[in-house]
Amino acid sequence: MSSSETPPALYAAREPIFPRRVKGNFRTLKWVIMVVTLGIYYVTPWLRWDRGPSLPDQAVLVDLANRRFFFFMIEIWPDEFYFIAGLLIMAGLGLFLFTSALGRVWCGYTCPQTVWTDLFILVERWVEGDRNARVRLWNQKWDLRKFRLRMTKWFIWLLIGLATGGAWVFYFTDAPTLARDLFTLDAHPIAYSTMGILTVTTFVFGGFAREQICIYACPWPRIQAAMMDEDTLVVAYREWRGEPRGKLKKGELDPSQGDCIDCMACVNVCPVGIDIRNGQQLECITCALCIDACDEVMDRIGKPRGLIGYMALKDETVERAGGHPKQLWKHILRPRTLLYTALWSAVGVGLIVALFMRSPIDFNVTPERNPIFVTLSDGSIRNAYEIRLRNKQPEDRPFLLSLTSDSPLALSLEGRESYVVTVPADETLTQRVYVTAPPGSRAAVADRTAIRLWIVDQVNQDRVYANTVFNGKDQ
Amino acid sequence: MSKKPTTTKAQPETTGHSWDGIEEYNNPLPRWWLWTFYLTIIWGLIYTILYPAWPLVEGATQGLWGGNPRTSVAAEIQRFDDANAGIEAKLVAADLTAISADQELVGFATNAGAAVFKTWCAQCHGAGAAGAKGYPNLNDNDWLWGGTIEDIHTTIQHGIRNTEDADARYSEMPRFGADELLESEQIDQVVHYVLQLSGQDNDAALAAEGATVFADNCAACHAEDGSGDRAQGAPNLTDAIWLYGGDAAALTETVTNARFGVMPAWSGRLSEADIRAVATWVHSRGGGE
Repeated sequence: MSSSETPPALYAAREPIFPRRVKGNFRTLKWVIMVVTLGIYYVTPWLRWDRGPSLPDQAVLVDLANRRFFFFMIEIWPDEFYFIAGLLIMAGLGLFLFTSALGRVWCGYTCPQTVWTDLFILVERWVEGDRNARVRLWNQKWDLRKFRLRMTKWFIWLLIGLATGGAWVFYFTDAPTLARDLFTLDAHPIAYSTMGILTVTTFVFGGFAREQICIYACPWPRIQAAMMDEDTLVVAYREWRGEPRGKLKKGELDPSQGDCIDCMACVNVCPVGIDIRNGQQLECITCALCIDACDEVMDRIGKPRGLIGYMALKDETVERAGGHPKQLWKHILRPRTLLYTALWSAVGVGLIVALFMRSPIDFNVTPERNPIFVTLSDGSIRNAYEIRLRNKQPEDRPFLLSLTSDSPLALSLEGRESYVVTVPADETLTQRVYVTAPPGSRAAVADRTAIRLWIVDQVNQDRVYANTVFNGKDQ
Repeated sequence: MSKKPTTTKAQPETTGHSWDGIEEYNNPLPRWWLWTFYLTIIWGLIYTILYPAWPLVEGATQGLWGGNPRTSVAAEIQRFDDANAGIEAKLVAADLTAISADQELVGFATNAGAAVFKTWCAQCHGAGAAGAKGYPNLNDNDWLWGGTIEDIHTTIQHGIRNTEDADARYSEMPRFGADELLESEQIDQVVHYVLQLSGQDNDAALAAEGATVFADNCAACHAEDGSGDRAQGAPNLTDAIWLYGGDAAALTETVTNARFGVMPAWSGRLSEADIRAVATWVHSRGGGE
């Protein structure tokens, strides 16, 4: 341990990164994914779906005020939130599956941080030019041109940020109405503040923080490690083929050197600023742009592609010894990925089954617990229940309540003479219900008696029941 | 570039520290993170200036924004009171018997009444209004002073046998044993007669004697058939409900020393709207008449 040197600094400034433009298969794939994902994000709130006059016609709508979630033909009520939970579980398992099979493919291709950063870098290149021009601009003193370029870039970034935050709020209320209100300044303050926050975060995360988010802020890369093994695909440099690296001498490759001509193409295109030739690094989001960059160079110097490529670590030793790597599907099909697929499918099938088995009438019975029974003046025993009836129809519905049991029990409704309750359209009604056992009858003296309450929709004769118990005066 | 271009495979930079040959990689924290940390400190300081925070010898700084949780709670309560003012006025103005026909009033009154009950009434009558010995069960259909909405309303307003409200419901059962109004044999007899009235096991010979005792001493209030008198709060002795117990021992105690259940008057403590709300709630527990 040397004490004479000055200790290294505890903090380091962010090194600016100027990714160079690159062409290739993976770049094309990333453009396609960017257009598709951003397209879905921006267009979805504007899709219409006719649900009749009393319900919103927005295809995808999170209606917080009325506590409904609309997704095309599906309407989710708050008590059915397990559907959302199920979808989130599927999203999680799907992420596990893709990570164990293809590594950080989520990070590299579809993560919003990656997609928006990519979009911001594209804008940056349009405004300020490619890598070399941007490096020059970065190093030069502020002048009118630099000011103009920076302002243009930031302005476009802000517009994108505003569109991002703007699209987000459209998911929560009728999009055309909100769009008009936003312009006439009639929208709810929460809409403006949400847009403001998302505009600023998009601007800062996509424009300035970029890879810092992936490296320091995001927990997912750290969790991902638990899903990866030696069969998982990662982006790797085949150093046994590339080394010893060296520059081209008079346009020729020295026979004693490896295929890497140290052209720095892979480093220059990297959006996180690493050198893939140093091996696996936590910064790498496997965006595969270095693969495109290197393949381009290999084509030019007449060497086979794939000096940098997707590779499973298991193959490394095989390839190093001159063998052939396993086929892709043999890496992907393994117990781990099959298990994730099975779990994912099980949740999906469960959700679909649950969706089709949803009862048309929502009917809940809660027995009163305090007191569990009441003795009436003639000695009969009465239990009280709270029933909740939800009318999912767009018009008022009368429902007939009845009771089946082995014992002679009488049913009555608080505040009503009949057994019919009318629930207003799209509402939940709570009704107090009494069940009375005559003095000395079996149910009156038994500890508990099973009973079943029925609800019949008086319009279409749909019927549902709920099982509950009658508590007797246990003697 | 974070890594310098090298012609050989780069070795990670170390801090230069080495312990038994184990070296430490140098991974400095990003400087923006440090600035974020400083920003949180500045944020915290500004927060303590704007909001009540720093303790002084007496009290604490009030904060530039003058907000403190007590005033916000008070404002919040005021906001709800204001929001409820309209329907409360409607509840107070309504005819008591007409409340049950108005769904809006019933909805408000039962919800508000449940809260009033849990705050002021549950101590004696229990959270579920099931009562206890000496405290009537409000769920059943037996009422000492009447079970219509007006009766319940009056009972809550003025209370029972209290000294604070001149209009309190009042009646007093004589202490037949303690004041030697009846011999102990007579008490035995009348107890068995009451057991007979309510359909319980009894000694028929004693009960037959007790009928006379009852007619001479009790029927004035409890009625000749023992069905009680609501005008005097005299309980029905023929039914299955006993406020202080219906077995021989409890009845003997009642006849000997009498009972004197008390309920406070609420008109001075609760608003008329609250009283009407809790009356509506009690009336909707299954026994309302």
